[in-house]
Amino acid sequence: MTELICIVCPKGCHLKVDEQNDYAVTGNGCKRGEAYGKKELTNPTRVVPSTVKIIGGAHRRLPVKTSEPIPKAMIFDAMKLLDTVTVNAPVKRGDVVYRNILETGIDFIATKDM
Amino acid sequence: MITETYDLVVVGGGPAGLAAALEGYSNGAQSVLILERDKELGGILNQCIHNGFGLHYFKEELTGPEYAQRFVDMLRDTNVQVKLDTMVLEITRGKQIHCMNSKDGYMVIQAKAIVLAMGCRERTRGAIAIPGDRPAGIFTAGTAQRYVNMEGYMVGKRVIILGSGDIGLIMARRMTLEGAKVLACVELMPYSNGLNRNIVQCLKDYDIPLYLAHTITDIQGDGRVEKVVVSKVDENRKPIPGTEMTFDCDTVLLSVGLIPENELSKSAGLAMDRRTSGPVVFENMETSIQGIFACGNVVHVHDLVDFVTAESQRAGRAAGKYIAGGEQKSESLLEVQNGSCVNYTVPQKIRTENVEKAAEIFFRVNNVYKNVVIKVTDGDHEIVRFKREHMAPGEMEKITVPKALLENIAGTLTVSVGKEETA
Repeated sequence: MTELICIVCPKGCHLKVDEQNDYAVTGNGCKRGEAYGKKELTNPTRVVPSTVKIIGGAHRRLPVKTSEPIPKAMIFDAMKLLDTVTVNAPVKRGDVVYRNILETGIDFIATKDM
Repeated sequence: MITETYDLVVVGGGPAGLAAALEGYSNGAQSVLILERDKELGGILNQCIHNGFGLHYFKEELTGPEYAQRFVDMLRDTNVQVKLDTMVLEITRGKQIHCMNSKDGYMVIQAKAIVLAMGCRERTRGAIAIPGDRPAGIFTAGTAQRYVNMEGYMVGKRVIILGSGDIGLIMARRMTLEGAKVLACVELMPYSNGLNRNIVQCLKDYDIPLYLAHTITDIQGDGRVEKVVVSKVDENRKPIPGTEMTFDCDTVLLSVGLIPENELSKSAGLAMDRRTSGPVVFENMETSIQGIFACGNVVHVHDLVDFVTAESQRAGRAAGKYIAGGEQKSESLLEVQNGSCVNYTVPQKIRTENVEKAAEIFFRVNNVYKNVVIKVTDGDHEIVRFKREHMAPGEMEKITVPKALLENIAGTLTVSVGKEETA
C-alpha cells in the first residue's frame, strides 16, 4: 500500500494505492484521481512547461509545454533539447517548436501567440 | 479637461480585469476601456508558464499564458478598447480617472462605472526584516519568475527559497529544471501555505527538502549572496539558538506573501478592510462608492485564477447593471463578521435584496484544522452549517448561503469554524 497526494487538481486528495490488488485506488474524489494513482506507481508522467529563445517577439522567451505528459525519468533530457531551439516570431499558440521528444511522439508546443 | 468618456473603465488588464470587462460588455456597458500598465494584457499569467490553470472554469488544464490568451481572444469579438503602457495616477469619487501614456499624454477619463482590478504585489525582504548583509542575489520569487520565464535571465545557480507559498514552490521546480540547485525551501510556519499538489510536483519530484518551522536568520555576502543561515523556530516563531544550518548559495528567493495593491482605491476614498488590505465590498463586488467595483487580488489574495475569474465576472455583471439601471437597493444590510478561527470574509457586506439565489462568502482560516464545522450565525441563532474534513490558511474557503435563509435577518452575520459538538 502506498500513500500519495493526488496532483490532478488543486484539491489534493490523499490517495491509497494497493499494489497487491491490481493498483486499486481509494481516497480519490474523482475518476481522474484513480487514473493518476495507478499511473503514478506504474508509469509516472508529467507535463513539462518551459521556455525557448525567440527572435523578434515581444519578449526574449516564448513559453512552451509538452503536448502530452512525458515519463518523469525523461524530464531533464527533454529540457536539454530546448537549449538548442530558437524560434522566430510570429508564433501561434499550439505551433510545434520541437517535434517528437526522445522518440515519444510527443512535441513541445508554444503556449502563447507572440 | 475631460479627454474621453466611457460607460465602464477597468483598471488593470490581468485575469480580473479581462473577465470584468467582458462581462460588463455583455451586460449592457456600451463602451468599455481597459487600462493596463504593462505592454500586453494578461497580467501575472504571462509569467506563470506552468500548467494547472483553468480546471474549474475551462474544465481543462492550461498554462498561465494559455488561460490569459483565451480571454484576450474573446475581446476581439467586442468593441472593448484597450490602452497599454498606461499608468493610472488617481481615481476620484466622481469616477474620473487620471492616467497617462507616451502616446496620448495626460488623460482625464470620465466613467459611469469603474472596476478596480489592480491585483497585488509581493512582500519584500524589507517587509519581513531578514538580518544580515545586503548583497545582490535576493529576489522576490515573482520577480525571479519574470526574469527567467519572460526576459530570459537566469537569476542564480545555488538557491534557497524562503516561504512555501505556491510561487515559491513553482520557482523551486522552475530553477531546478533550468539547471540550478535548489538547496532548500524554508517555511516559518509548521505547515505550508502552498497547495499540496505543488509540494508533491515541485519539491518531492526533485528531492528538494522542505524545512517547516524554520527561517533565515542571516544572509552573508560581499557583493553577491555567499551564505545563508537557517534556524529552527519555536512555537512563538522565535529562532532557537544552536539550531543554525549554513548553506553555501548565491541566491535567495522570497515567497513571503502578497499584498493587494490599493493606492488608487485609497485615493478614491474607498472604505478599506484591514483584514484583507483590500476595499470593503458588497455581495456584487461594489465598493463603498456606488458604481465603483473591485475584484480579484486587489480585494483579497486568491489561490486559483479560476476563482478570480468568477469573482470578476460578478463585478462586471454588476457594473453593467449599474450603468443600465443605476443604484442598487440597500434596505436590509447585513455585515459579515469573522468569528473564531476565521481571518477575514469577502464580501464584508450583503444587501439581501440583491442576492439572486444564494450569497457566496469567501474566507480563510487562521490555522490548520481537521474535521470541523463552519457555522453561519445571527447572534445566538445558527443559520446554516457546513462540514469540512480539512481546512488550512493556504486554501481559500467558499460557502454558499441560500437567499431564503438570509431573509428576515438584520444586522450581523458571523462566520466561524469550530469542532462539531458531540450530542
